Amino acid sequence: MSRHRSPSRVAVALCAATVLVGLTACGGGEDSTHLTWYINPDGGGSNPEGGGQAQIAAQCTEQAGGAYSIEVQLLPNSASDQRQQLLRRLAGSDASVDLMSLDPPFIPEFAQAGFLAPVPEDMVETFTEDRVESSVTASTWNEELVAVPFWANTQLLWYRKSVAEAAGLDVEGGNVTWQQLVEAAEAQDVTIGVQANRYEGYTVWINALIAGAGGEILVNPGPDLDDIELGLDSEAGRAAADIVRSVADAGVGGPSMGTADETVALNLFQDPDTSGFLVNWPYVWAAFPANGVEFIDDIGWAMYPATSDEGDPAPPYGGISIGVGAFTEDPDLAYQAAECITNHEHQVLYMTGTGNPASRAAVFDEAEVVEQFPMADVIRDSLEQAVPRPQTQFYGDLSTAIQRVWSPPDGVTEDTPAESATLIMQVLRGEALL
Amino acid sequence: MSTVTDTPQTRRRDQHRPKLSDRARAERKLGWKLAGPAFVIMLAVTAYPILQAVWLSFFRYRLTDPDAREFIFLSNYSVIFTDSLFYQALWNTVFITVVTVAVELVLGFAIAMLMHRIVLPRRTLRTIVLIPYSIITVVSAFAWLYSFRTDTGYVNGWLNTLTFGAWDATFDWFGSWLPAMGVIMISEIWKTTPFMSLLLLAGLAQIDSAMEEAAKVDGATFWQRLFRVILPNMKAAIMVAVLFRTLDAFRIFDNVFVMTRGANNTETLSTLAYKQTIDRVEIGMGSALSVVLFLLVFAIALIFIRGFKVDLAGSK
Repeated sequence: MSRHRSPSRVAVALCAATVLVGLTACGGGEDSTHLTWYINPDGGGSNPEGGGQAQIAAQCTEQAGGAYSIEVQLLPNSASDQRQQLLRRLAGSDASVDLMSLDPPFIPEFAQAGFLAPVPEDMVETFTEDRVESSVTASTWNEELVAVPFWANTQLLWYRKSVAEAAGLDVEGGNVTWQQLVEAAEAQDVTIGVQANRYEGYTVWINALIAGAGGEILVNPGPDLDDIELGLDSEAGRAAADIVRSVADAGVGGPSMGTADETVALNLFQDPDTSGFLVNWPYVWAAFPANGVEFIDDIGWAMYPATSDEGDPAPPYGGISIGVGAFTEDPDLAYQAAECITNHEHQVLYMTGTGNPASRAAVFDEAEVVEQFPMADVIRDSLEQAVPRPQTQFYGDLSTAIQRVWSPPDGVTEDTPAESATLIMQVLRGEALL
Repeated sequence: MSTVTDTPQTRRRDQHRPKLSDRARAERKLGWKLAGPAFVIMLAVTAYPILQAVWLSFFRYRLTDPDAREFIFLSNYSVIFTDSLFYQALWNTVFITVVTVAVELVLGFAIAMLMHRIVLPRRTLRTIVLIPYSIITVVSAFAWLYSFRTDTGYVNGWLNTLTFGAWDATFDWFGSWLPAMGVIMISEIWKTTPFMSLLLLAGLAQIDSAMEEAAKVDGATFWQRLFRVILPNMKAAIMVAVLFRTLDAFRIFDNVFVMTRGANNTETLSTLAYKQTIDRVEIGMGSALSVVLFLLVFAIALIFIRGFKVDLAGSK
């Protein structure tokens, strides 16, 4: 029997060695001045000279003179997937998440869960100075700044000047309504690029429509579960449903409106035969020449369409704030890096490099920005009017429930807003699946 | 070594035997020593997570709010069994399983017959047939997604040309339930038919060619030989292949996740469980759904093994 024993000992030793190697690999004693920044994909990718976040990371590392070094890690494409990955890492107390590019609607959830290191009091002023108001609002939770506004995004209405002219639509001169757009597109046999796939971008559209009608999805931002009050089942909610339905019914949303995200909408607008209108973020301006669009001279831009004749438009608000992970070894160092990342110089670099607008108002006055973005002033005006999505720690559920009930867009009726409100409350109380 | 090859029948007989011989006892001991470590590891990596999931399913537990964790016993299950979304996902899952396994069985058998009969480019043919199976499911899902999409796809263009313009070149495959399910199933069938055909090929190879020849001499037609000789003799292989593919198909996730993310009522049980656990970080509800999925898969395996008497260890 002794001969049988020795192999099993070898096996045990092997097992133990494997486990030990595994553990040490996880432990990894990394240098505490080494910071990892989880970035959302942008035009620069992970290229340190691509004009995106990777380049800012490289420049800040250089400027820090050895105080810290920043390495970037690319997050998935969609906002929901980015949230998921960060959330799971932070729920597992991952100390490698030093800095992260956070989509504003998810900030309350992260802050409420204690996933964000508190902003040092002496840096609050630095992080809010010169910032457009909406970017500070979106980075605030329970009246405290919890993230650093980096860039601020808003959607504009992009249109073919020739189409608008043929339809007799004065887009540039005044606020165009969605109804006017649908009628013009129908008459000219062109499309309106919208985002109505079952994803976050659809909530962006619905929120903008409801806010444009003077309503709110969430009446009281930041409440506890029991105090939540929804404003979906309202005149504004029904006005929004009416517009979604009319775009779908008129067939101007393109052949795949129900599966259209920003890219599909952009592709639709780039088709020279059918392009008419598009609501999308300003990144498209850099994308047109890159995608070989030949009618760039014919492309105009204007403030986001209004929901009705009476109210002002409520353009969507997006962008990115920099969050510092709660489990990072040296939060102060990470906030120093965040200061570098979001300074004036780097916001100019980022806006010119990727087409994503700055959260600092002064950036829009820079000569190179004005030269590259003839619509810079419209973007700034739009950011002033922009309405963020509902601020609640339950935003993920709220948004997913809205997307589910409002999909597909051609199935939207006047009962849809009320149905989505019911589902949201059921889901939040744990009485329904999502 | 007799302990290793015992069939369930002989083992059952063993229980009635009052005493084991010394030799048998020593062999049983050795068997435990040899298989023990593997058994412990298997318990650690399968039984522990399963029990953990069962335990977690009794809680209302949100990962972002661990302090509010609350024991609610079977409430999660009652929500699941009263929610229409669950039944929709269950129906979709069953639908996909039945259709894909049936199509794969027929297609896979045809390919297996071809591989079995063909002599000349035998190796090349077997390699070619295996290519789809060697592709990662997510990659294959993206490939099919892009080929059916209205902006990047070519399928609409081909159909439009083949039908002389009768097919709408801008048809949105992912815009409604049936076409979306169709594409999901095509991708699934394309990807896993090779697996089915390989299992069936193994069954075909086991049939004694003398039996077929005898039938031929007796004047049996091809179909008679197929239904009277070939199929009855490879029943075990067919059942194993169908069992494996059914269990596999019932857990379908990648294709749905990549193509529709459950839009247009295409949710399946796996995507539903994923949504609760990973997306909503509702660990309790997600665990409850996973437990339900596990029990369903377990039931399928049980029905096959007990009901259809599939013998996973033996060949016939």
